[in-house]
Amino acid sequence: MQKKSKKPLLRALVAALGFSAAMSASAADPLKVGFVYIGPIGDHGWTYQHEQGRKMLAEQMGDKVETSFVENVPEGADAERVIRNMAKSGYDLIFTTSFGYMNPTLKVAKQFPKVTFEHATGYKQAKNLGTYLSRSYEGRYVGGYLAAKMTKTKKIGYIASFPIPEVIRDINSIQLALDKYNPGTEIKVVWVNSWFDPGKESDAANALIDQGVDVVFQHTDSPAPIQTAERRGVYAVGYASDMQHFGPKAVLTSIVNNWGPHYIKSAQAVIDGNWKSQDYWGGLNDDTIQLPISDLVPADVKAEAEQIEASIKSGEFHPFTGPIKDQSGAVKIADGVVATNAELASMNYYVENVKAELPK
Amino acid sequence: MDIDLLSNIFFAMVRTGTPLLLVALGEMVCEKSGVLNLGQEGMMLFGAVTGFIVAFSTGNLWLGVMLAMAAGMLLSMLFAAVALGFNANQVATGLALTIFGVGLSTFVGAAWVGKPLTGFEPVVIPLLSDIPLIGRMLFAQDLLIYLSFVLFALVAWVMLKTRIGLIVQAVGENPDAASAMGLPVLRVRTLAVLFGGAMAGLAGAYLSLAYTPMWAENMTAGRGWIALALVVFASWRVFRVLLGAYLFGLASIIHLVAQGVGLSIPSNLLAMLPYLATIVVLVLLSRDPIKTRLFAPVSLGKPWQPGH
Repeated sequence: MQKKSKKPLLRALVAALGFSAAMSASAADPLKVGFVYIGPIGDHGWTYQHEQGRKMLAEQMGDKVETSFVENVPEGADAERVIRNMAKSGYDLIFTTSFGYMNPTLKVAKQFPKVTFEHATGYKQAKNLGTYLSRSYEGRYVGGYLAAKMTKTKKIGYIASFPIPEVIRDINSIQLALDKYNPGTEIKVVWVNSWFDPGKESDAANALIDQGVDVVFQHTDSPAPIQTAERRGVYAVGYASDMQHFGPKAVLTSIVNNWGPHYIKSAQAVIDGNWKSQDYWGGLNDDTIQLPISDLVPADVKAEAEQIEASIKSGEFHPFTGPIKDQSGAVKIADGVVATNAELASMNYYVENVKAELPK
Repeated sequence: MDIDLLSNIFFAMVRTGTPLLLVALGEMVCEKSGVLNLGQEGMMLFGAVTGFIVAFSTGNLWLGVMLAMAAGMLLSMLFAAVALGFNANQVATGLALTIFGVGLSTFVGAAWVGKPLTGFEPVVIPLLSDIPLIGRMLFAQDLLIYLSFVLFALVAWVMLKTRIGLIVQAVGENPDAASAMGLPVLRVRTLAVLFGGAMAGLAGAYLSLAYTPMWAENMTAGRGWIALALVVFASWRVFRVLLGAYLFGLASIIHLVAQGVGLSIPSNLLAMLPYLATIVVLVLLSRDPIKTRLFAPVSLGKPWQPGH
C-alpha cells in the first residue's frame, strides 16, 4: 500500500489522522517500511531515486513488506512530527532520506526503541538507528576527471545546495581530480540555499556559464541546470538520477544513486532479526553509485574514466588519499594515508586549490 | 563591474522577474476589485502542468500557453463560485485553492515528470539587442517575456486611463456605493478574479515552457506567495508592480551572480530582502491611516452580497 500527502496543511492532517487510521486496518504480518522524503517524488532527482529504491523493495519483496512514504517534508519540526507519527502507527523500519532529518530521527529513535530507523547522509547513530549514504564523491571524482579532459576554459561550475560535509566533500573530490588531470583548472561554486528550485538552479547555471564555466556540476535535485547547459552549449554532469535525456549534447555522465539494493538488504535483515546499527557507505563497488558515461566523451577519455572507476571499485585507489591540504595549506590528511569515513563525514574545509570561500 | 556583467544581470533579472510580474499583475487587478485570492501558487502550478502536457502532446507551445491560461481561469472560477457566490471567507478559500492546485497538478502531472521539452527559445531582435546594458534585457528574450511587456502596458492603460479601471477601483473601494450607482459589483469582481487566474496560468506556462521547460512537482517553489507580497510591496500601483517584480527578481539572482564572480555576500541575507522590503512597506503603510486608505483597496477581502 502507499500513501502520500502533498502540502503543509494536508501533511499536517495526514500526520495527525491519516496514518493511525489506515494502519490499524492492516494485518500485523508484513514488515511495514516507511520513507520520509525531502522533495516531491516527481523531482526527477534525489527523492525520485529514493522512490525508485522503494519501488524496487516493494517489487522484489512482494507481500513480505508493506511500504509507504511521505514526501515534501521540511527539515525540522515538521519532520519530527511525521517521523514520530510513522513510528507510532506501527512502522517497523523507517528510512529518513535527508541530512536535516538527523536530529529529529535521533530523537524519535530514542522514544521508540523497538522501531528500526535508518537515516541517509547523517553521522549520528543509536542502537536502533543506522546511517547510510552513497559515496557520491567517487562519482564526482570520475566526473571531475571528465570535466578536466573536456573543459576548454579551465573553469568548472558547481551548483551547491547547503554547506554540509556531503556537499563540501564532493566539491573537494572534483578539485582533486582537476588538480591531477588538468592542473590550474578552477571550480566556481554557487550556493542556491535550496535542494529543489528549478528556476533558481537554472539561474545559477546561467550565472556560472556567464563567468566562462563550460562544465556544470550540480548538487541540487532538478534537471534544470542540465537543460540550461544544453541551451547554452556547455557540458554538464547530472546528479542523483540519469539526466542524459535532458541534455543529450551536454551530459557527460550522471552520478546516479541506486538505493534499492540497500533497502532490500536492510528490510531483509530486520525480518531475519539480524539488523544491526551501522554506518553504511555504498559506492561504485556495490552499485549504489552508477555512472552512465555518454558517447560525447571521446573513446580514449572514456576508457581512462572507466579505468579510474575500476581502480576505485577495487579499492586500489581512493580519491581522498593524502597528502591533502586545506586552503590555508595545513595538512589535513597525511601523505599516503587514506581518509577515514569519520574524516569524510565531518569534512568542513575546502582543499587547497578551491578558490572559493566557504559560507560561514 | 564590467558592462557585460551588468548586461547579464539585467537580462537575468527580467527573466526571473517575469513570472512574478505576470502573477502580480493579475492579483493586483483582483485585489483592486476588493477580492483577495491567496490561491496564486495553486493556479500557477495547475497552469504550468496543463501548459506542459498540452505542449508536449501536441508539439504546439502556444496551444499550451492558451490552455494554461484556461486552466488558471478554471481554478479561479472555482474560487469565485465559493468566495463570491457563496460569500465564503476569501482567505480560507484562497488557501484551500492553493492546496487543491498543488495536489491536482501533482496528480495530473505524475506521468510527465522527467520528460524533456524544447521550450520557447530566445528571439533576438537584431540591432536593438546590441544596445549596451539594456539591449539583451529588452530585446533578446523569449516571446513570453515580450508578451509580458505588452500585457503590462495593457493593464497599466486599462487601470489608469479607462472607465473599466475606474469601475474596478470603485467596486473595490466601496461596493455599496458602486452598487447603488448601478454597477454590477459581483460580475466585475468575478471578471477580475478570472483575469487573475488567467495571468497565474500564464505565469505557470512561462515556468514550464520557457524558464525551465519541464514539469516537476512544486516547480513554482513559492513564487505565487512572493507575488502576493509583491502586490503589497507595490502598494497596489501598477508601475510599482513592474518595478517590484524586477527588484524581487534581481534580489533572487544577485547573490548567484556575485558568487559566480567570486564575491562572497551572505546569500541568505540577500534572499530575504524581498520579504524584508515588503514588511517595511507594510509597516510604513499601516503607520498612517490616511495613507492606508489611499493605497489599499478599502473593501479588500471583505465579503459582499447585493442588498446588504
